[in-house]
Amino acid sequence: MKEMIHVVDYGAGNIGSVLNMIKRVGGTACASGSADELARASRLLLPGVGSFDNAVQKLERLGLIDVLREQAHAGTPLLGICLGMQLLSEGSEEGSLPGLGLVPGRVRRFAFGLADAALKIPHMGWNQVRVRKTHPLVSGLGEDARFYFVHSYHYQCADETDILLETTYGYPFPSGIQRGNVMGVQFHPEKSHRYGMQLIKNFVEM
Amino acid sequence: MLAVRVMPCLLMSHGALVKTVQFRKPTYVGDPVNAVRIFNQKEVDELILIDIAATSDGSGIDFETLEKVVGECFMPICYGGGVRSVDEMRRLYALGIEKISLSSAAIENPSLVTAAAAEFGNQAVVVTLDVKKNFLGRYTVRTHQGKMDTKRSPIELAREIEAAGAGEILLYSIDRDGTWSGFDLKLLQAVSSTVGIPVIACGGAGSLQDLRAAVKGGGASAVAIGSMAVFQGKDLGVLIKFPSRKEQESLFK
Repeated sequence: MKEMIHVVDYGAGNIGSVLNMIKRVGGTACASGSADELARASRLLLPGVGSFDNAVQKLERLGLIDVLREQAHAGTPLLGICLGMQLLSEGSEEGSLPGLGLVPGRVRRFAFGLADAALKIPHMGWNQVRVRKTHPLVSGLGEDARFYFVHSYHYQCADETDILLETTYGYPFPSGIQRGNVMGVQFHPEKSHRYGMQLIKNFVEM
Repeated sequence: MLAVRVMPCLLMSHGALVKTVQFRKPTYVGDPVNAVRIFNQKEVDELILIDIAATSDGSGIDFETLEKVVGECFMPICYGGGVRSVDEMRRLYALGIEKISLSSAAIENPSLVTAAAAEFGNQAVVVTLDVKKNFLGRYTVRTHQGKMDTKRSPIELAREIEAAGAGEILLYSIDRDGTWSGFDLKLLQAVSSTVGIPVIACGGAGSLQDLRAAVKGGGASAVAIGSMAVFQGKDLGVLIKFPSRKEQESLFK
């Protein structure tokens, strides 16, 4: 099933690379910031770069908070990337505004004890992921699956069964989440070569 | 586990890919878009692209070529060369460039680094320090493709730009550039031990062992290779090449 993927364009980061990758793996995609258009999309991808509150405000201004929540409740597949995944939460330590609240949990800043004091924040570079449960989004990701990460905050799932992928940076944190039709990945698949392509291809074909 | 980053550092001049020796005698290597396409196929973790003529020759930022370059890549790219304003940076990030390197503009005016970091995030702002020994044998930071001497110490400048908000420092040894003689570990150690942000070693890589030494002996967080990525070997012809994932992993175990 190759449905058109609507990439939410709300002014929080570059979407060119994401559109490029979707096309490269044989999907069709378009970018839109229109509440009407996104309310009728059959597949949604929420990108995001920058700070939490800033992103929430931008979505709010375009009337997209309600649209995204309604779409999620209607069963439309929704994939959040990087800050887009963090926006699925109830809220973030980085800001004071509420998130979309679609996957129970909050976002907190990396915090290391004495043993890992040398670890730099942000978590930046290529790191491995461990698949925690079977799901079409992560099919085909082998033991060597690695992705490009750049973030200072990470998800803390209230429900452990929502954890789809796990990565260790000082301690394990959810690098991928999934609850029903709502999914999120902390890394940048559009900057992660074949592994990113596999994931995006899975989303295209879901 | 976070991998040690190994990346090609490609030099561009007036639209062509070139390679220098001690920042002089640029030799034509090929077409930058084509080279980037090959590195993308080789799945390099990250790529640095520096336009060495943008500031020193005044040729400015080649947005057209950069757009084509980004279109070829499914990995992060750091671009440097002729960037002087937050507006230009905004335009570059909008193209899909992941990180921007400032050099002369940051050294002349560290508040630009602060403004950029505030808007785009510290990790998106890199500062490149080109370093050469002066006739007294002391390291000083240069600008304009090595033609101008700021007379300032790399350690002092590194501290200043870290305080200003830079996310990383690209430490480029002019003396070692293009010589295949190994990184300047003394310089690397001096700078990496003085700042908390990652330092990328650049200039002099000639062998895989050099890459290991930069991290283990020099305290670098990442390594950039130039000649090693574009020539078959020292004094040999052009060949776009890169250490395999296995080679990289075994180097830093």
